[in-house]
Amino acid sequence: MADILYRTHPLENRRAALAELSGRVEGLTVYPEDPVAAVDLRVDPAGPGADAVGRALGTALPVEPNTWTHTVDGQLVWLGPDEWLVTSAGADPQEFERELGWVVSAYDGSAVDVSAQRTSLRLHGGLARELLSLGCALDLRPSAFPAGACAQTYVGQTVVLLLALGPDDFRLFVRQSFAGYLADWVLDAAEEFRAFP
Amino acid sequence: MQLIHCPWCGPREEVEFHYGGQAEITYPERPAELSDQDWAEYVFYRDNPKGPFAERWSHSAGCRRWFNALRDTHTYRFLGTAKPGEPLPNTQRNTEVRV
Amino acid sequence: MSRVHGYGRIDRGRMLTFTFDGRTYTGHPGDTLASALLANGVHLVGSSVNLGRPHGISAAWTEDATALVQIEKPFPEPMLQATTVELVDGLVAHGVNGQGRLADTADPARYDRKHTHTDTLVIGAGPAGLLAALAAARAGEDVVLVDDRPVAGGSLTGTEVIDGRPALGFVADVVAELARLGVRHLQRTTAFGQYDDGFVLALERRTDHLGADAPAHRSRQRVHRIRALKVVVATGAQERPIVFEDNDRPGVMLASAARDYLHRYGVLAGREVVVFTSDDAAYAAALDLAGAGARVTVLDVRDTLPREWAARAAEAGVPVHPSTTVTGTEGEERVRAVLAHGVDGSVRLPADLLLVSGGWNPVVHLFSHVRGALAYDPELGSFRPSGSLPGVIVIGAANGTLDLAGVLREGGGPDAPEAGPEPARTPTKVVWRTDGDPGRQFVDIQRDATVADIGRAVGAGLRSVEHVKRYTTIGTAHDQGKTSGVLASGITAELLGARIEDLGTTTFRPPYTPVAFAALAGRARGSLFDPERTTPLHDWHVEAGAVFEDVGQWKRARYYPEPGEDMDAAVLRECAAARSGVGILDGSTLGKIDVQGPDAAVFLDRLYTNMMSTLKVGRVRYGVMCGNDGMVLDDGTVLRIDENRYLVTTTTGGAATVLDWMEEWLQTEWPELRVHLTSVTEQWSVFPVVGPRSRDVVGEVFPELDVSADAFPFMSWRDTTLDGVPVRVARISFSGELAYEVNVNSWYAPALWERLLAAGERYGITPYGTETMHVLRAEKGYPIIGQDTDGTVTPQDLGMSWAVSKKKEDFVGKRSFSRPENHNPLRKQFVSLLPIDGRTKLPEGSQIVELCENGSLPEPPVPMLGHVTSSYLSAELGRPFALALVKNGRARIGDLVHVPVNGALVQAQIGDTVLIDPEGARRDG
Ligand SMILES: [Zn+2]
Repeated sequence: MADILYRTHPLENRRAALAELSGRVEGLTVYPEDPVAAVDLRVDPAGPGADAVGRALGTALPVEPNTWTHTVDGQLVWLGPDEWLVTSAGADPQEFERELGWVVSAYDGSAVDVSAQRTSLRLHGGLARELLSLGCALDLRPSAFPAGACAQTYVGQTVVLLLALGPDDFRLFVRQSFAGYLADWVLDAAEEFRAFP
Repeated sequence: MQLIHCPWCGPREEVEFHYGGQAEITYPERPAELSDQDWAEYVFYRDNPKGPFAERWSHSAGCRRWFNALRDTHTYRFLGTAKPGEPLPNTQRNTEVRV
Repeated sequence: MSRVHGYGRIDRGRMLTFTFDGRTYTGHPGDTLASALLANGVHLVGSSVNLGRPHGISAAWTEDATALVQIEKPFPEPMLQATTVELVDGLVAHGVNGQGRLADTADPARYDRKHTHTDTLVIGAGPAGLLAALAAARAGEDVVLVDDRPVAGGSLTGTEVIDGRPALGFVADVVAELARLGVRHLQRTTAFGQYDDGFVLALERRTDHLGADAPAHRSRQRVHRIRALKVVVATGAQERPIVFEDNDRPGVMLASAARDYLHRYGVLAGREVVVFTSDDAAYAAALDLAGAGARVTVLDVRDTLPREWAARAAEAGVPVHPSTTVTGTEGEERVRAVLAHGVDGSVRLPADLLLVSGGWNPVVHLFSHVRGALAYDPELGSFRPSGSLPGVIVIGAANGTLDLAGVLREGGGPDAPEAGPEPARTPTKVVWRTDGDPGRQFVDIQRDATVADIGRAVGAGLRSVEHVKRYTTIGTAHDQGKTSGVLASGITAELLGARIEDLGTTTFRPPYTPVAFAALAGRARGSLFDPERTTPLHDWHVEAGAVFEDVGQWKRARYYPEPGEDMDAAVLRECAAARSGVGILDGSTLGKIDVQGPDAAVFLDRLYTNMMSTLKVGRVRYGVMCGNDGMVLDDGTVLRIDENRYLVTTTTGGAATVLDWMEEWLQTEWPELRVHLTSVTEQWSVFPVVGPRSRDVVGEVFPELDVSADAFPFMSWRDTTLDGVPVRVARISFSGELAYEVNVNSWYAPALWERLLAAGERYGITPYGTETMHVLRAEKGYPIIGQDTDGTVTPQDLGMSWAVSKKKEDFVGKRSFSRPENHNPLRKQFVSLLPIDGRTKLPEGSQIVELCENGSLPEPPVPMLGHVTSSYLSAELGRPFALALVKNGRARIGDLVHVPVNGALVQAQIGDTVLIDPEGARRDG
């Protein structure tokens, strides 16, 4: 029992291919992001629980559907009218669940550690939007999907949680079991851009 | 590919949604006291009108929320959607709603 | 050669070589296969599907009904229109005689789809569409413009004048301005279907015209899925033929097509030309062809000739005969002569080309796809949009406006440019057909369907054009009735003595032009056809040589064959290890739902047949879920994490269904319950460690965990840590053996799996797959929901009355248990089935029958007693065994029945479902 229990990224085996693609295609950078602590948070947005969470995180919960906001070291992402994904780059997943659970349990809310439920793929560059449009039916024009917007929708045949981080900069949270499919889908879609122009 | 207006997320393609049958069928207060026939009515029998029909839909690929919809079974067109507990458009209304 | 100098927009400086029907020809960039064939004097293309009649080229674009070709190179494709195939060097094709032939090799090209959103989508880059796009773009709208031709300009031939300039110069200017304004402008892109809410599908042909230079990485064809707030249909009009005897002969062509061949491709399609018309437009064709050197005669159906056109004809030396109709043609593989009937009686005119014009059909398909109302316009002799649709407008010739000035106005509005002067229009005379033998008057040439066929349909009592269409097949070929649809309505009306207004037209349906399945499939091929869901251990399974099986979208390791082992051998070895030593399974695909809130217990009590509120924290209970109809929906275990929190598991296949089911009840029926549901299927990886030595392995890996039977009893769970990582271990057994399910955050799954394997090495720990899992559970009589059940099975049928609470007043499904049908003694019940020969593995799905007392089969239909639901070889039993649903099965334990296997009857004995360790002595080790 010498080694410490190591972590394995769900997209470890696609990392090299994605890096090769990013190097080959100007205007497209794709890579698996480091895992972060993530909690699925449920609380009444109109009640005192939401305020308590806002105080605890230092950021109010976004109540506008399909938007996200920053916290100190993570994001607060709208998933449903009383549901958010709360991420933290620094927190320990179990601790994070416990902290948030402690805040919301007094208000009949819930907090569930979902750190490993999804993984995220980062996609940015001038071709990012174009690539997504090969499999995402949403209107991703900046006027309709600006930075701060998010949506749960299909990319290819898998559901993703899509976040606009900036112009031409996207984060795709995907269920861990679909991550390989999504990465393969991106690699295949990007064939189009190879050897361009 | 029709757009369905999720009361929260707005218009999305219909493949993101899951159909849940006729709306406003409530679970009987005391099933044990129902006759077999009345129970069968609840479990198996549903309306099948030609025209406006109140239905339940779930935004299954999106926010996972159930909502009510009024849909014309003749044209397939949605006449309106509403959050649970909120009123659907008047069932007499026959004008199309573009989302 | 029929190529004439000074005409056409082909690139004469470059030569392309192609092969048709085994002969080599040349053409130029800008040609279609059809124009290149005509340039080489080839009129015969193929033969008709039913009658084998020679077919030629009858149009110049998608409305062509005759020139079907089989492409061989660059890639085999069946039944393309020669009029739309762009010529490339090295093209090999031949005419279709009868039917085309699919390629017998996989298509190496890429295909894809792309979603586009826009304010305004303009379909058609003719004069109307170009101006509409320009107006919208100038107004600041986001605009997409698609057009099916290689270049913009629509039906403009180049002879017209717009804004005081040659029309094509005007087109080039507009195209350039659209580009400056950021309009997304796609040529070679056919909008082939319009659907609800401004949704239009368009097929872009991206690389075919590049021939050998086509880049392989680029998708050959792309389906654009366009969503627009406003759709402008500017799809133009197609010329309508007139039906006469032997009108299917090569050399019979639409008048506008001959004009197109001349001006677009520099091809003079005939030298001795007869023009048969009931409309003004054909005069332009007649004069242009005459100007290019043909001898032309015009036969006009009308008694009153269009004065200005007639004068121009006289000036050009083109004779015009009023009140004259074509009654037939002569020739074999090409028209030799035209038979006509006029004021002076019948004449025979030698000709090598017969042009026909019966007026124009607005291309209303895309408007009609979305239920846009059409009405017959008697002046037009065709159907045009009559109603309005929100978000859709139809302009130009598609709207029935045929003069260029009017077209420009509809496209450009008040600022529209001026059209050059056009001769005043004389009304079209609507003529569907002339006199002749109805059996040789072809309405749908591609289908060999004649006026006589319509006569038979009407004679058979059909009154609707939709029925006539199905009866005669008119309009069902690749061109979907572009030239034949309106004619069929008109002729049907005539034969019925009805008004075409009242009869209407058949419904237009997508696709407007044929679309290859490959394009519709796009990139969803091979491993991307359906997502493959994998667990964190997938790479390990692959390396270990696992054979996978599909469970829903999951790839699960089915077994791990060692060298020389087949599935039976591997599974027998894996089963033996789990029953006598220790085995380990990747069970991560199991559905997992976190249920949290003060009313969690109440909620689960309402959904499970058994009582979950009495479950103590730290304990586990097996649970069954039923639908309202009382039939088993799913099963799994329920762990009580704390007072207000449970973790429930579902079957691998049922995970999404169960979560949806629970949410539906919670959100729609019991919103007052303070409960939240969260899927944690992938959060937790799960490894059952199974077998008599599992305690040794688990105890070794988790030193902080007391794994003794007393401290850690069956159906309980404990939290522990490993290197500071939280791990949850549960004593759950799906095999009857001592077993520990190890749960860990999936980040650590491969590491923990390796630890367990390393610790188990000296006990011979054996990874096993789903097949062994199935055998182990079947030996214990545990059903798999969805395999041993089919939605018609109650818990009682499964022998699980013990899992149905008697104390709870109600739960979902309870009321249905007392329905009379559920007390029918002949309901099928879950039992085991042991083949008496001890050798035969009864095939799953086999029916179960019973012999008469005299040993013979009953008279057919032989009563079916039930069917085999699961069947395996058992290492433990040393024989095959099966599980089955059998009518009144539990009362029949010990009875002998028969199962037909490969044509023979195999005797089997009904037994209890639990075949191993019925006392449950093994589960504590
Ligand atoms: Zn939604």
